[in-house]
Amino acid sequence: MAEAQAKAFVEFQRVQKSYDGEVLVVKDLNLSVARGEFLTMLGPSGSGKTTCLMMLAGFETATHGEILLDGKPINNIPPHKRGIGMVFQNYALFPHMTVGENLSFPLEVRKFNKIDREAKVKRALDMVEMGDFLSRRPSQLSGGQQQRIALARALVFEPELVLMDEPLGALDKQLREKMQFEITDLAHKLGITVVYVTHDQTEALTMSDRVAVFNDGVIQQIAAPDTLYESPDNSFVAQFIGENNTLEGMVKEIKNGVALVQLDSGDLINCKPINVTKPGERTRVSIRPERVEYNKDRLKKGVHTLKAEVLEFIYMGDIFRTRLRVAGNDEFIIKTRNAPDQIRLQPGTEIEIGWMPEDCRALDA
Amino acid sequence: MTDATGPLLAVDGTPLKRKLAQSLFRSRARAFGLALPLLAFIIVVFVYPILDFLGRSVYDARFATLMPMTTEAMADWDGTSQPTEAMADALVLDLVVSKKEKTIGKVATRVNRELSGTRSLFTKTARSAAKFESPFMAALIEKDKDWADLETWQAMKTASRVFTPAYVAAALDRKMLADGSIVQQSEERRIHVKLFWRTMEISFLVTVFCLILGYPIAYLMASLPMRTSNLLLILVLLPFWTSLLVRTTAWIAMLQAQGVMNDLFVVFGLATEDDRFSLIYNKTGTLIAMTHILLPFMILPLFSVMKTISPTYVRAAKSMGATDWTSFWRVYFPQSVPGIGAGALLCFILALGYYITPALVGGQDGQMISNIIDFHMRKSLNWNLAAAMGLIMLVFVLFLFWLYDRIVGIDNMKLG
Amino acid sequence: MKKTTLLLASTALVMGASGAFAGSHTGSITAVSWGGAYTVSQIEAYHKPWTAATGNKVVSEDYSGGIAEVKAQVEAGNVTWDIIDVEKSDAVRGCDEGLFMEIDPTSLPNGADGSSAVDDFIPGSFTDCAVANIVWSTIFAYDSSVTPNGPASIADFFNPAAFPGKRGLRKSPKANLEMALAADGVASADIYDVLATDEGVDRAFAKLDTIKDIVVWWEAGAQPPQLLADGEVAMTTAYNGRIFNAVAGEGKSFEIVWDAQVLDVDMWAIIKGAPNADLAMEFLKFSTETEQLAAQASYIAYGPARKSSAPFVTTYHSNADLDMGPQMPTAEANLATAIPNDFEFWADNADELNERFNAWLIN
Ligand SMILES: Nc1ncnc2c1ncn2[C@@H]1O[C@H](COP(=O)(O)OP(=O)(O)O)[C@@H](O)[C@H]1O
Ligand SMILES: [Mg+2]
Repeated sequence: MAEAQAKAFVEFQRVQKSYDGEVLVVKDLNLSVARGEFLTMLGPSGSGKTTCLMMLAGFETATHGEILLDGKPINNIPPHKRGIGMVFQNYALFPHMTVGENLSFPLEVRKFNKIDREAKVKRALDMVEMGDFLSRRPSQLSGGQQQRIALARALVFEPELVLMDEPLGALDKQLREKMQFEITDLAHKLGITVVYVTHDQTEALTMSDRVAVFNDGVIQQIAAPDTLYESPDNSFVAQFIGENNTLEGMVKEIKNGVALVQLDSGDLINCKPINVTKPGERTRVSIRPERVEYNKDRLKKGVHTLKAEVLEFIYMGDIFRTRLRVAGNDEFIIKTRNAPDQIRLQPGTEIEIGWMPEDCRALDA
Repeated sequence: MTDATGPLLAVDGTPLKRKLAQSLFRSRARAFGLALPLLAFIIVVFVYPILDFLGRSVYDARFATLMPMTTEAMADWDGTSQPTEAMADALVLDLVVSKKEKTIGKVATRVNRELSGTRSLFTKTARSAAKFESPFMAALIEKDKDWADLETWQAMKTASRVFTPAYVAAALDRKMLADGSIVQQSEERRIHVKLFWRTMEISFLVTVFCLILGYPIAYLMASLPMRTSNLLLILVLLPFWTSLLVRTTAWIAMLQAQGVMNDLFVVFGLATEDDRFSLIYNKTGTLIAMTHILLPFMILPLFSVMKTISPTYVRAAKSMGATDWTSFWRVYFPQSVPGIGAGALLCFILALGYYITPALVGGQDGQMISNIIDFHMRKSLNWNLAAAMGLIMLVFVLFLFWLYDRIVGIDNMKLG
Repeated sequence: MKKTTLLLASTALVMGASGAFAGSHTGSITAVSWGGAYTVSQIEAYHKPWTAATGNKVVSEDYSGGIAEVKAQVEAGNVTWDIIDVEKSDAVRGCDEGLFMEIDPTSLPNGADGSSAVDDFIPGSFTDCAVANIVWSTIFAYDSSVTPNGPASIADFFNPAAFPGKRGLRKSPKANLEMALAADGVASADIYDVLATDEGVDRAFAKLDTIKDIVVWWEAGAQPPQLLADGEVAMTTAYNGRIFNAVAGEGKSFEIVWDAQVLDVDMWAIIKGAPNADLAMEFLKFSTETEQLAAQASYIAYGPARKSSAPFVTTYHSNADLDMGPQMPTAEANLATAIPNDFEFWADNADELNERFNAWLIN
């Protein structure tokens, strides 16, 4: 712990924020970001992500607590002296300046001479493959192009820390995926630290070194994408990240790190206890759709099975998506790869489904 | 995409262009139909009267219609040689008729505008014209020696022109002579050009003051939360609900020598009891009162433009290392320019035409061209000259619009 | 010609909208006057007695002087006013422009003393189209509570060294030029002869130059008493009735200096094409009778235009101790140096002198 603290580049210590003196939109936030790390704040709208970013950038002041940058408290440093690059959701490209002037702006205010400026602007534009657009106006660019310029502008003065607030929110899916890749690629190449905000979990998972899941002003879990996906700490995270089946029930016993859960339908299943500790507790059991198995041949021995009725079969190209009724839950989804030997389930058929106990997580109710 | 062999066809075979035109025509006709009542109203009560009135600045058929024979007799006269006997004959005949028709007053007023003092010459002569005997030139001169004056005849010659640049010339402190040449008015009668300049100067200063005072308020309103800014907006609009006269009169109470402002100055030792500031009945008064009255016209367009400037621009600038001032000046301010343009144009043009306020608080050096126009409209009844001055103002304002369009672009203007 | 009509119709529509219906009833006329205490005096002395005597009604409307509205109504052929109280210069100009009906003075009733109207009215009471009702004058006044040993002559008005303080003057050459010459030593009788020459005009402006820097210019009649009351000026020219009202009505301690007062008349004129022209003519005759003119003088300090009214002038309507006789511009004591306004002179020279005056103002 002490070591992590020493290495932290950005650090929030017990930060609270209230706009109106009545409601805390950020509650007791502790977070540290290492140098060179790509950290994403993920959470539903209104969960306080932007607020955190704005406090870090200096546009909002923390009501309580301390924010450290490179070990130094920055609460009293005005935004323009923090040296933090920012990319805004709507890019905030200055409409009255050309692309070149936009990029040159941060260099001008830093008193670079003309020759240096031109060289840096050119390098930054080339970096985002927009070298030919120097004298265009932002209004003459497409959304994706504007986004690249905004990125270049945030990077052109070579900040060590770059903040991005839903920068891809306005782009269509394909462009978004392409840009996701480009941004992470650039960030790693330049070795910069990035704090990235999004409400899109796929984006968070694909881009980040670590993801902090926000809800209601509190970080629910902060972990690497795979941990987050596979081992959500609570039912909010499980619900929010990826697709997820839930079944409600009560803990019967916990033994050897395995919990026996009696579902409300009466069925008994084995789960991994995450935030349940003793028998009698209500719990919500979470299973990922792709971890559910119905092919009898592949079901492992000793695995609990449940009866299920096929309600709907959806062909999605790369995968099949089947909706089942399981233990009274009509929204139970399973996903299977479109392999040559894969069975296509017909609506109306009765099947048996099962999963590995460690894939089934007993979370808070 | 286009077919080299012929125009693009719609499904039913008609050319696509025509089809489009048809469908557009229908929606345009509809739009036109909706606007028609207002359009007709505006043309009848606004555009047409204005054009008609402006026509008076170059058109004056009064003398030519009321003194037809004289007009004809003078048509070939060069305006410098001795008036002919034929002209005198025609004049006397016309005078007799106009005396009988009781139009002599109009004729006399018209000629008097060209040569001061001729009004009574005409009315007096007309009274006895019926008893004149030939030769009429001698009879006229016998009646009044002014008839021997070449100037008198020249004045008539000038007045007899139906389409005349005389009024426009007069509006520019120039005088048209009988031979059609235009010369400068004598020194002590030159007034309009000077007033035009002063009008520009006052309007310009008022605009600048409005901008200086209005910009911060508009900025404040645009950056405050909705509720507070609406409250401020109401305060800004409040003066609109008070009559202009009341507001101007209130300024008199505020600014006069024994007024509130001066009392305060005395209390704070900025002025002494015997030596108070002259804040009113001069240019200062006009500037203060007009700035107050026109301020909302600056604030509203500014506010409406500033409201649309997202605060993220300034944040972006600051995040890039710009100080508060730099981010304002390089990023915020340029984006508020359309509002400045619209507000300034509005203020300036409104200021050009103000007359109640300068009349009440302007004293002698706070008068504007509109006060002279008002004078000629209501007092001297020289509507032609008023129209000529109006024409010059209109041309100037149109020129301003043109200039604005060239520099800022009229589609950049945002009024609300 | 038709298009002019259209223009003026719309102008008149706006200007005369309020009177549009007032005049069209039978037995009713629309009389237009200056408003305020002046109109009140006419209502009390003319309108009410006329209504009592004939049953006809008078609708009273206010205007602020000038005959632009009249011109607009007449040229548009949409006249809504019947009779109007105008300054003499406007009466002359309106007549010249063909805006007013001609009136034959001999058709007016005799005075109460039996003298014919033409003899009874004071000189200058008739123009081709108008009949005088009152004599008013431009005087100058000061506040005796501020300046106990106040000015006594027009020369004092133009002597800021002896009588410091700002001066109020009407923003018009009229009366100012006359007073300036009088202050410069020209006898009342010679004023217009001098003013008819270029040197005379120069001389008048030169005299005005001596106080130009300390002048506060006024335009509306209500302004001068206000300027005095506010202490904005030490002395100001004014219409005598306004000063009288401030003294008698509001208890101000203003003092009138009658030296070189410029006498003027207000006149009734009937608008050409008036909807109730005949009735208006009857009203005109009635209101300019000896009794009515005399009655008006108890409401406002303007002198009756008929000599025969003088004996009937009594006291102020709300103060039986205030004898109106000496308050009249036409009172013997006030007339010594009076300058009767020469309307012929002004009709001939107003344009040029206005121009010169305006140019002088801004230079
Ligand atoms: N300037 C502000 N004034 C008042 N409340 C705000 C302001 N900005 C955000 N909020 C409130 O704070 C909460 C968190 O907002 P935000 O940080 O923008 O969330 P996110 O970016 O996660 O969507 C929301 O409830 C929002 O309404
Ligand atoms: Mg946000």
